[in-house]
Amino acid sequence: MKMRAVITVIGKDAVGILASVSSKCAEHNINVLEVTQSILQDLFAMIMLVDIEKSTIEFTRFADELTALAKTKNLSIHTMHEDIFNTMHTI
Amino acid sequence: MISAKNILETITMIREENLDVRTVTMGISLFDCCSEDIDTLCGKIYDKITKSAENLVPVANQIEKEYGIPIINKRIAVTPISLILAPCSNRDAVKIALTLEKAAKECAVNFLGGFSALVHKGFSSGDRELIEAIPDALSVTSRICSSVNIGSTKAGINMDAVRIMGEIVHKTAKKTEKDNCIGAAKLVVFCNAPEDNPFMAGAFHGIGEPDKVVNVGVSGPGVVRSALAKVPKDMDLSSVAQLIKNTAFKITRVGQLVATEASKRLGVPFGIVDLSLAPTPAVGDSVARILEEMGLEVCGTHGTTAALALLNDAVKKGGVMASSHVGGLSGAFIPVSEDEGMINAVKKGALSIEKLEAMTAVCSVGLDMIVIPGGTAPETISAIIADEAAIGMVNSKTTAVRVIPAIGKKTGDMLEFGGLLGSGPVMPVSNLSSEIFVKRGGRIPAPLQSLKN
Repeated sequence: MKMRAVITVIGKDAVGILASVSSKCAEHNINVLEVTQSILQDLFAMIMLVDIEKSTIEFTRFADELTALAKTKNLSIHTMHEDIFNTMHTI
Repeated sequence: MISAKNILETITMIREENLDVRTVTMGISLFDCCSEDIDTLCGKIYDKITKSAENLVPVANQIEKEYGIPIINKRIAVTPISLILAPCSNRDAVKIALTLEKAAKECAVNFLGGFSALVHKGFSSGDRELIEAIPDALSVTSRICSSVNIGSTKAGINMDAVRIMGEIVHKTAKKTEKDNCIGAAKLVVFCNAPEDNPFMAGAFHGIGEPDKVVNVGVSGPGVVRSALAKVPKDMDLSSVAQLIKNTAFKITRVGQLVATEASKRLGVPFGIVDLSLAPTPAVGDSVARILEEMGLEVCGTHGTTAALALLNDAVKKGGVMASSHVGGLSGAFIPVSEDEGMINAVKKGALSIEKLEAMTAVCSVGLDMIVIPGGTAPETISAIIADEAAIGMVNSKTTAVRVIPAIGKKTGDMLEFGGLLGSGPVMPVSNLSSEIFVKRGGRIPAPLQSLKN
């Protein structure tokens, strides 16, 4: 089974958000597969699907790092295993 | 890729609408701990629990982080202690309660349930000792929960046990008076108690269960309420029911995912998902507010029972397909102190114990987390228990009573528990006596619908 995660970044749009998150991914050999942007209640929402199969960091620690990054940039970042969305929205 | 809309829906449910998994509860059988000597028994109980559940909290925390879904409580349920106490020659139920507390602390779980007795038809060896020890046990422990099953559709209602439990509830509140009578908030009296319920205070590990099992209780009143808030006020009730079913399906799928993962990682069989809407004191995470969203000015007004019946049924129908095994209580909970909307309704004078009693005929549990005046006679508490048990017995459903006599307080005062237990306004009960009825004792015979064979 493929190990994939969804990173959702929510906050005010600003320069360099995509760059900062994707460079974190690169740092740990996490491949970005898809990026989409959307709007959530007037906020900017960026959704990234990433491949964590070859990741060099434990997934929960990666999530912690992104949470820390979110704090410094005044954003909200949710890093969640893809399965929760598949389970919830498909039969 | 999953659509952005679906991803953002999930994120909104978690961020704004308090979607969470309320509890991952590990059931542990203590039958193999039985011993004639109390100290040997306590040693075996401690070892069995701490060994079985050593990874429960770390695994739940890991799942919480990987899937981004909060898991609020991690709990343990054990075999009803009265059964484990029975073979002991120097019985001391409080000593067992202290052992359970120590084990719960060691495993870092929030609660441990199963300081329980099943006496729906009568008392067997060990039952009375356990019941008599409840007030002491709950006053010297903080994580232990207790339950007593006093009736069932098959057996009728054991009115001797009902009489005793009125006194025990009162004594427990009195013993924990300095701590806002919190002991009584951890004691529940059941009719038709389920053996696989992951929710406290009534969780215990039933006698037909495997050696160890993982049960999961979902939550999500806030999600249902906000789904209803987004649709027009003239949407007909068939469509409302459909909307609730769809929402309950999604909530339950999360529970099923957590249950499957927890079972796999702990190497313990998966038992059931309990599809309950369990409110919290957080604003918006309220079952009462769902009923109000359906179009009632305040929860408790006429129409409340019908709205709750629709909600309870739709939650089950939506949830049942989302999980491979459903069990426990499964339905909408209506605890007063744990539900911001219920507290508001009581304060406004819209919600009475009598109305709550009617509501319990159509939802999953019973009179739950209701604060009553400290001066309420124990016989009146027994009579409240008997009424509730009668509803459960006749309707072949679980009912329960968890009332907290607020020692030294009167109607209208507030009792603060804090945390998930919330705070409750003292609600009036009838001053007219039920004493002679309660003191008759004996058994209320099982109803005709028990004869199904």
